[in-house]
Amino acid sequence: MKLYEIFIRAKSGLNHRHVGSLHAADPQMALQNARDVYTRREEGVSIWVVEAAAITASNPEQSEAWFDPAADKIYRHPTFYPLDEEVDNM
Amino acid sequence: MYSQGLQDAKGGQEPEGLLKAFQKRIDNEEKIEPRDWMPEAYRKTLIRQMSQHAHSEIVGQLPEGNWITRAPTLKRKMILLAKVQDEAGHGLYIYSATETLGISRDEMTRQLLSGEAKYSSIFNYPTPSWADMGAIGWLVDGAAIMNQVPLCRASYGPYARSMVRICKEESFHQRQGYDIMTVLARGSRAQKKMAQDALNRFWWPALMMFGPSDKDSTHSAQSMQWKIKRFSNDDLRQKFIDATVPQAEHLGLTIPDKDLKWNEERGHYDFGEIDWQEFIQVIKGNGPCNKQRLAARQKAHDEGEWVRKAAEIYQQNQQDTV
Ligand SMILES: [Fe+2]
Ligand SMILES: [Fe+2]
Repeated sequence: MKLYEIFIRAKSGLNHRHVGSLHAADPQMALQNARDVYTRREEGVSIWVVEAAAITASNPEQSEAWFDPAADKIYRHPTFYPLDEEVDNM
Repeated sequence: MYSQGLQDAKGGQEPEGLLKAFQKRIDNEEKIEPRDWMPEAYRKTLIRQMSQHAHSEIVGQLPEGNWITRAPTLKRKMILLAKVQDEAGHGLYIYSATETLGISRDEMTRQLLSGEAKYSSIFNYPTPSWADMGAIGWLVDGAAIMNQVPLCRASYGPYARSMVRICKEESFHQRQGYDIMTVLARGSRAQKKMAQDALNRFWWPALMMFGPSDKDSTHSAQSMQWKIKRFSNDDLRQKFIDATVPQAEHLGLTIPDKDLKWNEERGHYDFGEIDWQEFIQVIKGNGPCNKQRLAARQKAHDEGEWVRKAAEIYQQNQQDTV
């Protein structure tokens, strides 16, 4: 059987969030199992199941090269721009 | 719990720099995620601890499953069914978290059924009386909570996250157990006797759930350093005793330990010596129900064979029609 990653929307207005995985023969079975395993206490209003093999992930060993360039671009944040006191808030 | 601190942690030769950086992340309370670099010994220790924990959840269904068909009322039956179903869920959450470390579900099942992998000693005790359902929920799930709450902050992300889910569900387990004990303790003389008898049988095995005493627990230091263990076995055991004794007193039940008494100076209860010989025997497979439990798991596995086969054939057919 295949490994499926399970994502659940806790309530409308929120993103689906990864909660774990399970084994199933097809997406339908994965959905049914996910309902029993992950939503016994009204934890969700919507479930996504994704075959684990279909996920492409970034490599943690390259995370510096990937994510650090964002660190020195502080001009992307509003606090980079001082405001005159009179203007106060923007 | 359930791992009872039996795991070992022997490291191989790994680059000093990586090991240091890893420990630094842990010291900074950073979580380790599945694809991050980790020492082999950390991975192995976690696989052992987590799979033992998952096995315990699964085997733990058996002593209580014993009473589902003969629960005294429909209400109790529904509650017990929900509780046992939760334990199956707990097993699945942790198996799925353990798989992220690179071991397959099939391999874990094989290790359980072959007796290679351990599970908590507590589930090798029989449950001949309805009151045992009360004692288990109150004491066994109570002890599990003591152990699992700190694991919500374990350094391995998937383990910690599964513990958060589990802990949310455990308090229902403990309360329904205490509720059973309350009703019995306030019932007829015979019912009160049942409650006391269950407490007598489960008290000491529940204390053993925390694993060997710190002076005999060889692998704790490394697990503490890796933050996959936050408190020592003895500390957790003491915490459990301190919390549980007043609950027993409240019901007019007597803890079966003549050495138990409040120690004003320590601010804790003193308690009698645990029979470690019994603990070792149960862990070794010689407890009252070890064989029965494994046989029941094996039977369930064998009888589920056709379902797994059918699912696989179905999966194959689905692929062929695409
Ligand atoms: Fe559990
Ligand atoms: Fe439980």
